[in-house]
Amino acid sequence: MVVTRRDFLKSSGLALAAFVAAPNVWAGKEHPIIIAIFQRGAADGLSMVVPFADKHYYSVRQQIAIPEPLSSGAERAIDLDGFFGLHPALDSLKPIYDQGHLAIVHAAGSPDNTRSQFDAQDYMESGTPGNKGVADGWLNRYIQADLESDSTPFRAIAIGANTPRSLMGTAPAVAMNRIADFGVHGGGATPEMENAFAEMYRDTFEAVKLLRRANPQQYEPARGANYPNSPYGQALLQIAQLVKADIGLEVAFVDVGGWDTHANQGSSRGQLANHLKEFGDGLAAMYRDLDDCMRNIVIVTMTEFGRAVRQNGSSMTEFGRAVRQNGSGGTDHGHASCMFVCGGPVKGGKVYGRWPGLAPEQLFEGRDLALTTDFRDVLAELLVKHMDAKDVSKVFPQFRPGGALKLL
Amino acid sequence: MQDAITHLLNRIGYGRRPGDIERVQEAGIQKYLDQQLHPERIHDAVAEARLASFPSLTMRTPQLVERYPAVQKFARQFRIPQGDENKRDVRRQVLAYYEENGLNLPQKLLQELESQKIVRAVHSERQLQEVMTDFWFNHFNVFWSKNADRWLTTAYEMNAIRPNVLGKLTDLLMATAKSPAMLFYLDNFLSSSLKGINENYARELMELHTLGVDGGYTQKDVQEVARAFTGWSIDGPQRNGEFMFRPRIHDDGEKIVLGHRINAGGIKDGEMVLEILARHPSTAHFISTKLVRRFVSDNPPEALVKRVADVFRKTDGDIREMMRTIVTSPEFNSAEAQGAKTKTPFEFAVSSIRVLDGSTDGSRQLAQAIARMGQPLYQCQPPTGFPDRADHWMSNGAVVERLNFAVALSANRIPGTTVRIDDSMKSIALKLGSPEFQKR
Repeated sequence: MVVTRRDFLKSSGLALAAFVAAPNVWAGKEHPIIIAIFQRGAADGLSMVVPFADKHYYSVRQQIAIPEPLSSGAERAIDLDGFFGLHPALDSLKPIYDQGHLAIVHAAGSPDNTRSQFDAQDYMESGTPGNKGVADGWLNRYIQADLESDSTPFRAIAIGANTPRSLMGTAPAVAMNRIADFGVHGGGATPEMENAFAEMYRDTFEAVKLLRRANPQQYEPARGANYPNSPYGQALLQIAQLVKADIGLEVAFVDVGGWDTHANQGSSRGQLANHLKEFGDGLAAMYRDLDDCMRNIVIVTMTEFGRAVRQNGSSMTEFGRAVRQNGSGGTDHGHASCMFVCGGPVKGGKVYGRWPGLAPEQLFEGRDLALTTDFRDVLAELLVKHMDAKDVSKVFPQFRPGGALKLL
Repeated sequence: MQDAITHLLNRIGYGRRPGDIERVQEAGIQKYLDQQLHPERIHDAVAEARLASFPSLTMRTPQLVERYPAVQKFARQFRIPQGDENKRDVRRQVLAYYEENGLNLPQKLLQELESQKIVRAVHSERQLQEVMTDFWFNHFNVFWSKNADRWLTTAYEMNAIRPNVLGKLTDLLMATAKSPAMLFYLDNFLSSSLKGINENYARELMELHTLGVDGGYTQKDVQEVARAFTGWSIDGPQRNGEFMFRPRIHDDGEKIVLGHRINAGGIKDGEMVLEILARHPSTAHFISTKLVRRFVSDNPPEALVKRVADVFRKTDGDIREMMRTIVTSPEFNSAEAQGAKTKTPFEFAVSSIRVLDGSTDGSRQLAQAIARMGQPLYQCQPPTGFPDRADHWMSNGAVVERLNFAVALSANRIPGTTVRIDDSMKSIALKLGSPEFQKR
């Protein structure tokens, strides 16, 4: 909820009171949910989903390449379709892929050619690459465009102290550190004081009251699902908790960081592998925990851009072979990366998107993976087919969709 | 007049203490501003006395490494398998060893940094210097938790940032470019003509420190700047932690940066790049925009930005003169500028203590409360620093945390911090928690 605009100006805003009077409108009702995960810092698509059968992959990547599935040793890519393989640290995602509930879109991302992380994140979250003048985020515009009479304060949430750019805008959205702490507590606060605060910050306290009524304390993930003990893992756990509390959640947003691997990226093991393990295990835990609920849920991941095809410090010969590799053992900012799409409605078990190739003449600006799928094509399809968005042109203005991917 | 003084104290400082308005009124706004622009002339015994309880602030890096060692350093000595360092019994054993030998965990360095920042903001008479230190640290952000930066960030703030906050931009650029904390944070210490360049620092130097993302540089410029800075390195990031230029890995070939030919050779290549960037019109505009956004409004009036950028050009990037232009401008003193900025969690916490005539030792609990409100001090991971916009700070989760802070502070329940309560606790909590008090 954008308190600055709504509470500060004391505008009447949306009438949430009506909802609070009838708190059980959502109970038992089937409704679609979308969960967006942002890999902040530019995650390396070539290491997450390895194009091991591209004949240039091993010559350009060298030390940081992930060994192919047929090589010896335990730490090889996990074959998906004979061409692409999952990073071994993402092994917990393989069963979901095999069950047909995880799809990958490769060579996807934002078409803008900036290599500035700040701009690229901003463009992706505003949903308007190349246009800095848009104040609100794509998820918030989706909520604005698809207003529902029975929407609750928890229709859109993010875990974290600050509202992410994707959820900023005039439609209400909740951002909070921890479910358990969301309220004025202890330290001498009286009900009288809380009422006075509730007058000042109406929207916030509607959410506080609703959550209190749902009482989602003492949460035990189902089926032994084991979330990583990290801010990301705990954010996913809390979102699962809110899904099950059935308080009208429709849109959730989570951040996961640590992808800016300029140095010591590692290969099957190392810095990137550690982050991938956290990332994949979190997704897999959520999938396991939400179990039956997943039939109404789609989880989609994105990152502002990928990383340069070559390791930094190396340069390429005219035959496409990297030389002088070493550098700082990392990769600099690149262009296209990949996206994961997971959930009951997803036609998974497949890597989507046209593969542009890694030959020197196929690279974007001679150094990066070229882009063949605009991230908005993926998101628009999910919003229309899964979320029943009525007018996706409000979410992604001036966007001319490419061909449908048929992910759902 | 009172409104004008309140506004000034809210912007070039962390808000008024009881009696401040009268004091400024007596001295005159002009004179108060002159004093604040020359912090070295302000007597500051109270704050300085309080800093004595943070010994790490004046230690050199080798001493910090020795006295605040990483737990991993003892893993071998105690035969701790990798990854087991955080197990409970292991931790107890290690902590006992630390105590016996008068050592501290690296975490203590972060705590002392946070504490000194809070203590100075609350108690220092040099209010503008504190605001500027916050501004420039955030502009040239480094992330304390990134490995060696745990031992390098203290010297970074004390030596690279603090002495230069009202000086020339070139000096700040030179100091940060040569600071081990920045060289480590943005990987430049790894950039090498033999092993290959690393573009990280070169890109952020232009995008975030000087020209701005639309400032007119290309990918080619990023690579050329990275070449110019090869060899700018650290003598033992986790030992000496001093800047070192390594000629052996410096690329001595000619570079073309923003159309300028650079072939001075050696360390002069990088220094020339900094001079070019410091004098570039895009830098004048970018820095002026950020200053006006911080001190006037989230939407910086373009006419004022232009005038400040002119001052930048005429004075060779003199920050003191730019600040004088901003604070004496009609835009700064307009009615619409008053209360137009939303306080960051840090500003909210500090101004709350000040308005209640409080005192603090900058305890860990206070820093943790500020982190919960959305601003973990010294731990902003991206090089952009924290955003300077209202909409970033006021989620409903953050509002709830601010209210909890308001309640805890007015009940005097924050360890190490005491405020004067001469009204009912309830009315004070409501005042601190009000939407109006979130503004400055």
